[in-house]
Amino acid sequence: MDLKLKIWRQQNANDKGKLVDYDIKNVSPDMSFLEMLDVLNNELIEKGETPVSFDHDCREGICGSCSLQINGKPHGPDGAITTCQLHMRRFKDGDTIHIEPFRAKAFPVIKDLIVDRSSFDRIQHAGGYISVNTSGNTQDANAIPVNKDDADKAFDAATCIGCGACVAACKNASAMLFVSAKVSQYALLPQGRVEATRRAQNMVAQMDDEGFGACTNTGACSAECPKEISLTNIARLNREYLSSSLK
Amino acid sequence: MCDTSSGTTFGPAQKNEISKNMSWFSTTIARKFAMALSALFLIFFLLQHLTINMLSVFSEEAFNEASHFMGTNPIVQFLLQPVLIFAVVFHFVMGFVLEAKNRAARPIKYAKKDGSNASWMSQNMLISGLVILAFLALHFIDFWIPEMSYKYVQFLPEDADRYYGELVHKFENPLRVGAYVIAFVLLALHLLHGFQSAFQSVGFNNKFTPAIKKFCTAYAVIVPAGFILIAIYHFINH
Repeated sequence: MDLKLKIWRQQNANDKGKLVDYDIKNVSPDMSFLEMLDVLNNELIEKGETPVSFDHDCREGICGSCSLQINGKPHGPDGAITTCQLHMRRFKDGDTIHIEPFRAKAFPVIKDLIVDRSSFDRIQHAGGYISVNTSGNTQDANAIPVNKDDADKAFDAATCIGCGACVAACKNASAMLFVSAKVSQYALLPQGRVEATRRAQNMVAQMDDEGFGACTNTGACSAECPKEISLTNIARLNREYLSSSLK
Repeated sequence: MCDTSSGTTFGPAQKNEISKNMSWFSTTIARKFAMALSALFLIFFLLQHLTINMLSVFSEEAFNEASHFMGTNPIVQFLLQPVLIFAVVFHFVMGFVLEAKNRAARPIKYAKKDGSNASWMSQNMLISGLVILAFLALHFIDFWIPEMSYKYVQFLPEDADRYYGELVHKFENPLRVGAYVIAFVLLALHLLHGFQSAFQSVGFNNKFTPAIKKFCTAYAVIVPAGFILIAIYHFINH
């Protein structure tokens, strides 16, 4: 199939940037979206032009590296997948595809389609962990009984790959779904309760410091999440934060 | 993408360092919590207002009696009314404050938008809110300011039978009835998202949530529809 691409090109963080049109021909429907961009980049290199920069790593939907706002949606038109799992059979011959970086004040563009998502790392550093003394006398985790329902919910929250699609999809560029998943994966387990108060307070403070917006409960984040993280986690984050404020 | 391994443990001093820059009420979660509480109060107030207005359809005397009570009872006038005014002002001001923060969170907009992943109501609370604000301005000019002037500026003698006539008189003008209908349709849209959303903002999302969402949807349609029907009833009958 032949496609028309409108791709955001931006030299660096200080460049204004603009959408640039590219025509790409003979795209196989079996290609992944990233492979289609690889083919485009090969053509650009052969023509002596600068290839399009975009994030990618595992290409099997588990690392959270790939991003891209494709036709107005993070990771493209399908639900519950990352961009590397999106295939060109999803598009039709002659389609125009808009490809933009994830947009948020807290996700500044580094180059072209690559954004700096280290704000997520700083939120994690503020409390997204448990402190365990690993000097050799650590208790076996399996020795602590955990309710199966809680274990399943904690695991579901822990499947968040931190890709930032929730921020990209949200009209407010809110990071609440990400932070709620990271808080929930510990809040539901006895090992996580020890630092629960400090975790909720510090991660929310860091989230706000980074300049993410507030949650309007539209649900767009969960609808676009490759791992289908549930909105119940956001309610849990609200409970964790509000109750920790009283301590 | 994110490093989930254990980093440096924060001691109390470091915790304070992070938190000291931000008083509790300046966090988005705390502000949304306050928005939800004011919203739930205002939603309850709507039902009370509708109940009294509905009396005007069935009995002029009952409507006058209820209005006279609300207009002269000191608890209503000097406790509940200031709380109501505070809730209205707070809800609007905080709505604008959060809207400003939300807009600042995405300084460069997308060239191509696709809003199909969320309802129109949830994405346009500002628009429905502004229409409700404009309606409240009209409502204050129509009822509240004359009422305050009557009682607390001009100190006119209380007439327990004046309320029904004042109400009916306002609904003689088709333009006012039209504005009233439009405002309450927008209020219904605002409530369709806002009512159930308030529960999420206070952290309530559990096995009761599907039932609560159904109740909120029914409330969001029935209560504004009630106000609209009362306005049309008086317009047609007088």
